[in-house]
Amino acid sequence: MNNKIYQKTLEMIPPLSLLLLWELFVLIAVLDARFFPAPHVILISLWEQITLGYYWHDVSSSLIRITLGFVIGSVVGVAIGISIGISSLCRALFEPIVAATFPIPKLALMPLIILLFGLDELGKVIVIAIGVLFPVIIQTTAGISNVDQTYKEVAYNYGASRWNYFKTVALPAAAPSIFIGLKLGSGMAILLIVAAEMQGASAGIGYRIWSAYSLFDIPTMFVALSTIALLGYLSYTVIEKLEHRVISWHRSPQKERDASGKNKD
Amino acid sequence: MQVEKIRIEQLRKQFVKKNKMVEAFHSISLQIKDGEFVSIVGPSGCGKTTLLRVIAGLELPTSGTMHIQHHDSNQPLNAMVFQEHSIFPWMTVRENIAYGLTMRKVPPSIKKSIVDHYLLKINMVNFAESYPHQLSGGMKQRVSVARAFANDPEILLMDEPFTALDEQNRLLIQQELLKIWEENQKTVVFITHSIEEAILLSDRIIMMSAHPGTLIAEYEIPFPRPRKIEEIRSSTFYKNMFNEIWMQLKEEVEKSRSMEGMLPI
Repeated sequence: MNNKIYQKTLEMIPPLSLLLLWELFVLIAVLDARFFPAPHVILISLWEQITLGYYWHDVSSSLIRITLGFVIGSVVGVAIGISIGISSLCRALFEPIVAATFPIPKLALMPLIILLFGLDELGKVIVIAIGVLFPVIIQTTAGISNVDQTYKEVAYNYGASRWNYFKTVALPAAAPSIFIGLKLGSGMAILLIVAAEMQGASAGIGYRIWSAYSLFDIPTMFVALSTIALLGYLSYTVIEKLEHRVISWHRSPQKERDASGKNKD
Repeated sequence: MQVEKIRIEQLRKQFVKKNKMVEAFHSISLQIKDGEFVSIVGPSGCGKTTLLRVIAGLELPTSGTMHIQHHDSNQPLNAMVFQEHSIFPWMTVRENIAYGLTMRKVPPSIKKSIVDHYLLKINMVNFAESYPHQLSGGMKQRVSVARAFANDPEILLMDEPFTALDEQNRLLIQQELLKIWEENQKTVVFITHSIEEAILLSDRIIMMSAHPGTLIAEYEIPFPRPRKIEEIRSSTFYKNMFNEIWMQLKEEVEKSRSMEGMLPI
């Protein structure tokens, strides 16, 4: 327990010292205050945005787009990943397409998506969903198709049907890999929100960055950037919590060694 | 006891490795009686594991015939105990032992009483809800053995199940296996490279030659049951038996060593 507090404290040191240095450097004019406003100026700007009411509106608008895009992208991604991983027919049909479309920068699709789905919410959600889709597909496929051969043989030797093999062996075995895909996907979603809100948005963290840019309101821009970083950290933490809950049996090799050391028979 | 359970005639297995035909074993003819405990020993690479996998139905023979008497179609024909790392890390000890029963849709109340029985037999009642990462190697193999017995197959196939364990744990688990086996006397085919283990456990030992493997000798082990490992080990008969088997096995191991590097295995 003490160890945990210790680690949390350690985690706080780098960002806090960075902020302190930043404040100091602006004070002694090593950093140009026009481009790098001092942290206290950014905090004041945050306070203004909150009191003027548009901060939470920005955050919630972006959060809704991110969440919708992430959920759609992950559900579709897991489904495609599973079908490629489990059926050689699906692999033959879909894997080349996935491999070919994966390297296309999702931003390059923006104009096409705007043309297809318009400038409103749907287009933004779809860009994010597409970005989330690929890491989730790739990690899910890898997880499902790399199940240890022995587990597969055990399942069939003990009378598992194909469906039962999938349910009791392939899916749990692939879960750690799928969660890696979800984490990468959540990062992708946050990455894409700024670009998605470049056009046709009237609120959102990404929108705020672009509008602050045109107004040369650098402190506002920094508030938005920090908010994005915070969202990234939060979403990663939430998925990690979920992961621990879903795959409580999964332990790092280090912990495994400790555990078996304690329970020698 | 005299009813024939497994009849194998002129069985042969070849497979392709690095574009070459490799013979795993050939000309194997063998009858195993109902309720007999048969061990197969042989130098490494002699094809004994492949033979077991063919009997298990995990691989098909290249030629020859194999017939296994299946008395009760409600009962599974075979259950296999694998070398190691074969219990599912995402299931508790209880769920692992129950796996075959779950796949056969055995009613929960019956399933529970069977699993409880084997938890007691392997001295792991207190670990019923533990996950494999919390267990030592010996405990994992005990779960693996219990899973096979709990499924109540007509024949049990064991592929060097205790090889990875240290000697103390091996002695204990051998005694536990004897105890469980003696109460329901299932037909067992047991692969091992330990002469000692083969003598302690089996009614009959079959020796395979160096690669490509075929049967070269048979030994009846007449020790009465129930057996006590310590008593058997201290008897003169055991020592003579051990030497007799070792003298012959040594020749095969030397042959197999002289071929090392020539095999594409």
